[in-house]
Amino acid sequence: MAHSARRDSPELPDFSILKRLARDQLIYLLEQLPGKKDLFIEADLMSPLDRIANVSTLKQHEVDKLYKVEHKPVISTSDQLCFLIRPRIQTVKWICDVVNADKVPGKSRRYKIIFTPQKFYACEAVLEEQGIFGDVTIDEWPFYLLPLDDDIISLELPEFFQDNFLAGDQRWVRTAGSALHLLYSLYGPFSKVYGIGRCSKMAYESWREQVEEGEQKARQAEIGNVFLIDRDVDFVTPLCSQVVYEGLVDDIFRIKCGCVEFGPDVTSSDKSVKVMLNSQDKVFSEIRNEHFSNVFGFLSQKARNLQTAYDKRRGMDIKQMKAFVSEELKGLKQEHRLLSLHIGASESIMKKKTKQDFQELLKTEHLLLEGFEIRECISYIEEHINRQVSMVESLRLLCLLSITENGLLPKDYRSLKAQYLQSYGVDHLLTFSNLRQLGLLVEQQPGETLTVMESKVGKLVNDKTAGKLTDAFSSLAKKSNFRALSRKLNLVPKMDEEYDLRVPRDMAYIFSGAYIPLSCKLIEQVLERDGWMGLEEVTRLLNGHEFAVTGSSGVDSKGKNDTQRIILVMFLGGCTYSEISALRFLGREKGYKFIVVTTAITNSSRLLEALLGNHV
Amino acid sequence: MIKSKVDEEDYWHSSKFKAFTFDDEDDELSRLKESRQAVNNIRRLVEEDDDEDDVEKVSWSGEPVGSISWSVKETAASSQRADREPAFPKISTVTPSISRSQSGYSLSSLFKGEDGHMTQIDRSLIMTLCKEVLFRELESRQTALRHFIHYLSETQNQRLLLELHRALGRAEDAALLQYKEHLSITDENKRRDFLKNCLSLPFSAEDLAHVQDHYTLLERQIIIEVTDRQAERGGKVEIFQKFPRKALILNMPLITTLYYCCFYHYAEPEGTFSSPLNIRQTFKISEKQYFVTALAARAKLKAWLDVDALFASRNWLGFTRKKSPLSFQRVVDILQKNSAPTHVLQDYVALVDDGELRLTLAQKHKCHNIVINTYRDMKDRQLLLGYRGKVVRGSVEERKIDDLLSNPQIRWKN
Repeated sequence: MAHSARRDSPELPDFSILKRLARDQLIYLLEQLPGKKDLFIEADLMSPLDRIANVSTLKQHEVDKLYKVEHKPVISTSDQLCFLIRPRIQTVKWICDVVNADKVPGKSRRYKIIFTPQKFYACEAVLEEQGIFGDVTIDEWPFYLLPLDDDIISLELPEFFQDNFLAGDQRWVRTAGSALHLLYSLYGPFSKVYGIGRCSKMAYESWREQVEEGEQKARQAEIGNVFLIDRDVDFVTPLCSQVVYEGLVDDIFRIKCGCVEFGPDVTSSDKSVKVMLNSQDKVFSEIRNEHFSNVFGFLSQKARNLQTAYDKRRGMDIKQMKAFVSEELKGLKQEHRLLSLHIGASESIMKKKTKQDFQELLKTEHLLLEGFEIRECISYIEEHINRQVSMVESLRLLCLLSITENGLLPKDYRSLKAQYLQSYGVDHLLTFSNLRQLGLLVEQQPGETLTVMESKVGKLVNDKTAGKLTDAFSSLAKKSNFRALSRKLNLVPKMDEEYDLRVPRDMAYIFSGAYIPLSCKLIEQVLERDGWMGLEEVTRLLNGHEFAVTGSSGVDSKGKNDTQRIILVMFLGGCTYSEISALRFLGREKGYKFIVVTTAITNSSRLLEALLGNHV
Repeated sequence: MIKSKVDEEDYWHSSKFKAFTFDDEDDELSRLKESRQAVNNIRRLVEEDDDEDDVEKVSWSGEPVGSISWSVKETAASSQRADREPAFPKISTVTPSISRSQSGYSLSSLFKGEDGHMTQIDRSLIMTLCKEVLFRELESRQTALRHFIHYLSETQNQRLLLELHRALGRAEDAALLQYKEHLSITDENKRRDFLKNCLSLPFSAEDLAHVQDHYTLLERQIIIEVTDRQAERGGKVEIFQKFPRKALILNMPLITTLYYCCFYHYAEPEGTFSSPLNIRQTFKISEKQYFVTALAARAKLKAWLDVDALFASRNWLGFTRKKSPLSFQRVVDILQKNSAPTHVLQDYVALVDDGELRLTLAQKHKCHNIVINTYRDMKDRQLLLGYRGKVVRGSVEERKIDDLLSNPQIRWKN
């Protein structure tokens, strides 16, 4: 709630300029196709577009009808078709079909494809192959960044994750570099760039090349330092259940482009309501970063205050009443409505979480994070699978088990996999193959030393005991990087002390005091040390690819201190709302202001759904 | 980390995890309910004019348009070049730099980048290139290879993709890729035949067994589906009339199929394809898994006798006692989720080993007798007195409590 922010916290730059820029660029492109035209918009571009423009903007630029890209034959009668799409081969193929279908009856139209944020060579190759390269004009709309809130900017590219980390296709690296460059040219120059991860390194290089190519304008920097981080540096954090309000809302209702749809169970009416969740919502902004247990108290207090405010009306004369209505009533009603929605959401969250034994689930997660009672955890997961509780949830626990334990024992892996396939379908063989490729769910590789030990022990004792000893030895032999990282960075706070979630003492509060998110801890450490000095062991455990560089362009000393404390953190492959909450906490503690740039907002379900192999 | 058992227990009882529970009974929730009430009351006061609020501003909102020239200037500015010192240092990287250039048709230009990674793929060139040469070139360039594979899967060039996997000795990848094709076959008979053909693919031994199961299962589902559809249409089988099937059993997972068979074909002799026991046998389903599924299915039907029988185990004297491969806590949970009545629940709550847990469950599921007896055994008059307020006034339970409270033979500890 009202954490006393350090008074000297610097102000965030104004990102609304990004929206204006994107809108104007779009208008410019639309005007390249003069006259009336129908516009086909890729489904997942609709919400981002909604945030920056509106129908009347499009109408003003002679867009007649708007369609969603549905990969079906088009029924438009317009003689100009404009397609606003992501650079996806499947969509391009559909456009080829549309154009070729027109060719059969000899219908002549003008076609324009606007790729956003950029085109890929492969898309053009498809156009060429389908023989329509000459029939269409192609443009790029560099809509790289959508501000979702004062401190969150999204590239709205969820496929960045699987393309880059699963398929190993680096096509989006340049996009990330360009997005960073856009921020640099509007809010830079940056003084320092830190990063970790292969993709981060490449994105840095891509950006740096663009800086060298571009023109440097002398301006007052508004963002001091930059931290780039690959999602695969830390998979544990996004796989944990979220318990901070905003994260919980995302886990349960799925926030889309900064907006959530609350169903009838929340609104206690027969209507669904779409709500923007950002700092403009005065109720939400006070509870978004709170552990869920604090939310009730806050909402109750707020409800009482509201009641008092309304009660003021009693005993007012006409003049006072008039003033009340014109000055306060609208605000109160607005607050009342928001309060009512968030209370409804909290109730709905409670109901859902109670039903699925959330408490026990959290306990299992915490045990996994600490590495205790692994056998019990395995039987819990097994039961989850046996009872066919949510397919994604079971997968999430399996992955969490595998990463925290540095892989599963071969016999556990085989047995859990077999049970999983029985419960959720054999076609998940493809899912398991994906997860293995990404290293999210793997078998432990038995160490050589262990084999020697095992054989020695085996000779000394009879078979039955040997079996037991083998178990004991193999658990010792686990070369668990997460465990080692956790120890090195103190990710799991000491447990003998009480943890008051109302007065959080570190970022662990976002996981009920059980775990400090690895990603955010790295950021904290690197900022504190101004680089990776002293973290050699940590970076070794994370497979390297760390860097810290200083720019040469003279940063003017005036206002330097403030700017230095404005830090842009770019997550390549997505970040969770819990991580954002943790960074906001860190910012308040240390006097930083964090701006989170992410390829997309993610959570455990989105992350795993992207890896399911059982769809065509 | 080594910790004693005691430490662990302390840990779980420490305030860290007690700070908040997702239990119904939580005080906070009742507070929330109060606020809900308060807010709802206010609603009545203000609902007179329900004007447009800012809350729903998600749709196109109708803002004025900004200046285009400004934006065009910005775009132009960013493409100007200037000669000066590099602003940021190049970092030594083994990763490829992303080239912008797209021209060039020589083999080397296909594989750009510092250590020969390919970033741009020219499809028409690839089509003309001798495959052996191409595959050999790709083998030594892992990044280029991944790009190419991704490109082929995106363009759905299955044939070349399979060829590539095979040429590179990735037999298992090729097998999985081929197996994946079954997903796009909608006709169940064709799909079954396709799966049968998959059995000759070079899967790992472990995966092959899974694919075999997949084939066997679909084959069986097709038979069950045909028979059951007839039975359902015939209108003579009571269970299909009482509980019409909501979906086809085709392509469902094994456990769903087992559940279905426990639901519609429970008592069938082991010889039939749809007999749960036969399925258990064929697919080597574990005892626990079978038990969980049968329990859920029979509970759903409220066939409490079947449920009871699942636990029956005779000892050598011929007495039956309840045994379960699943903790009784879980059993209670499953039964409760299938809305078992209290009299059924309490039999199983009573079997929970852990006294404290038993009491909690009894309270949660309103198994009054268990709670009352526990308090009696604890000789805790205060707790019993407190519980009196939670039972229905004038009920048997209330009378039982009153009897106990007035029983002079009990030596209460408080």
